[in-house]
Amino acid sequence: MQANAAWTPDQPIVSVRDVHKSYGKVEVLKGVSLDVRKGEVVCIIGPSGSGKSTLLRCINALVGIDKGSILVEGQEVHDPKLDKLELRKKVSMVFQQYNLFPHKTALENVMMAPILVLKRPKEEVEAQARRLIKKVRLEGKENSYPGELSGGQQQRVAIARSLAMTPDVMLFDEVTSALDPETVKEVLSTIRELADDGMTCILVTHEMGFAREVGDHIYFTEKGVIVEHGPPATFFKEARDPRTREFLSQIL
Amino acid sequence: MDSFWEFLRHVHDAYGINLVHFYDSFERGRLLKGMLTTLQLSVLCIGLSILIGIFGAWLQGSRFRVLKTLVQAYIQFFRNTPPLVQMFFFYFALGPLMPRVVNDYGIAQPMLGSFAWAMISLSFFAGAFNIEIFRSGIDAVQSATVEAADALGFSRWQAYRYVILPLAVRICLPALNNNLVNLVKTTTQAYAIAVPETLFVASQIWSDRINVLEMMITLLLFYLFLVGILVWGMIRLERALAIPGFGR
Repeated sequence: MQANAAWTPDQPIVSVRDVHKSYGKVEVLKGVSLDVRKGEVVCIIGPSGSGKSTLLRCINALVGIDKGSILVEGQEVHDPKLDKLELRKKVSMVFQQYNLFPHKTALENVMMAPILVLKRPKEEVEAQARRLIKKVRLEGKENSYPGELSGGQQQRVAIARSLAMTPDVMLFDEVTSALDPETVKEVLSTIRELADDGMTCILVTHEMGFAREVGDHIYFTEKGVIVEHGPPATFFKEARDPRTREFLSQIL
Repeated sequence: MDSFWEFLRHVHDAYGINLVHFYDSFERGRLLKGMLTTLQLSVLCIGLSILIGIFGAWLQGSRFRVLKTLVQAYIQFFRNTPPLVQMFFFYFALGPLMPRVVNDYGIAQPMLGSFAWAMISLSFFAGAFNIEIFRSGIDAVQSATVEAADALGFSRWQAYRYVILPLAVRICLPALNNNLVNLVKTTTQAYAIAVPETLFVASQIWSDRINVLEMMITLLLFYLFLVGILVWGMIRLERALAIPGFGR
């Protein structure tokens, strides 16, 4: 992805337009559009199977799209000529099941991509990795293997691993869904700190309280379309669509 | 040491237990050379067959249908035909087709000798199984872990080299262990194309010295010991590679 001259930071950093995506005969996304501005925290909520995770995977081109367009910093993500590596440097992702590399220590997990992918010198990367481990409050766990860490700790290592790529946008795919209520808090507070630092975040989440508090904009998806969206204050109090209201009434 | 050899000679004279392949320095020399040849053949074949396994399994995950089909054809061919027939094919059918080179005595001979052909055919044979073994390990690596590598910008080779393979190896080590044990035992087949390995030398000795029973027992104990070392090494490797909280 070449630096796009047309894009300026006051335009949306991520712009999704009428995206369609099918897995076989099942149409998962039926024309989704959304905009995310730099530094914004956008939360996507909705019942399972509504296409939220697929949307995130489309944004960093882990899966292809059938129709529509996704621009990241003005660059079409699904352009076949796109250099995926450039996209990976801009957009990083944190997964529901953490997906750490089980044969590497916490520190090595954070260091791998900057060394292998960004080709940065090892000493510099290690210093950065130690800072990031500290930032996610896991000092002392540098040499622990993922199997020796709790779910919440693993997820924070995963966040540090994503941060090590110094992305402009971070995608969080139901990152607290696999955690017990106690550890949910520690992961959410890590994300909140990132948001406070000005990181652009797109979260798929079931944590309504968190979405309301930290989110700048809430999108509600159902059956592959965005039903309703708005800033949290109005979204949670004055949802207009009956489908949104029903979903919120079940959750809240 | 000499007194021990004398003792064995005495055992032969007094009780008829013929351990001439130990106490006679000439027989001992050729037996040791045979064992060394077995050892060389085993180590080279293990190394080559593992390389074939690693790259074959990598090619099997390729996007190109042609490559996948070629690897599949290779596996089917070498897995489903007898290893002895394969060795004969290489040595007697392909061997004469090779260009001839003049040796130190001024005689023209085929470029590859029986040892080289035994090494090639056994490596291809065991390599076919190794591909399947590595593939089973690769299939067992969680696709989510691979997706994470992709999302971090790893190339397909980097993901394979640094994430998939290290995990796959740990999963498939017991199966690999079995195949390598089989490979070491199958090196005795090189006897059939006159590679002077342990079985070949032993049969020469028992023909010359008529000590079939003693020679056979020596052979069996030698292979028990050799394979024992391999298995011990593999178990050590399994332990060394064990990751806290992964697997068991």
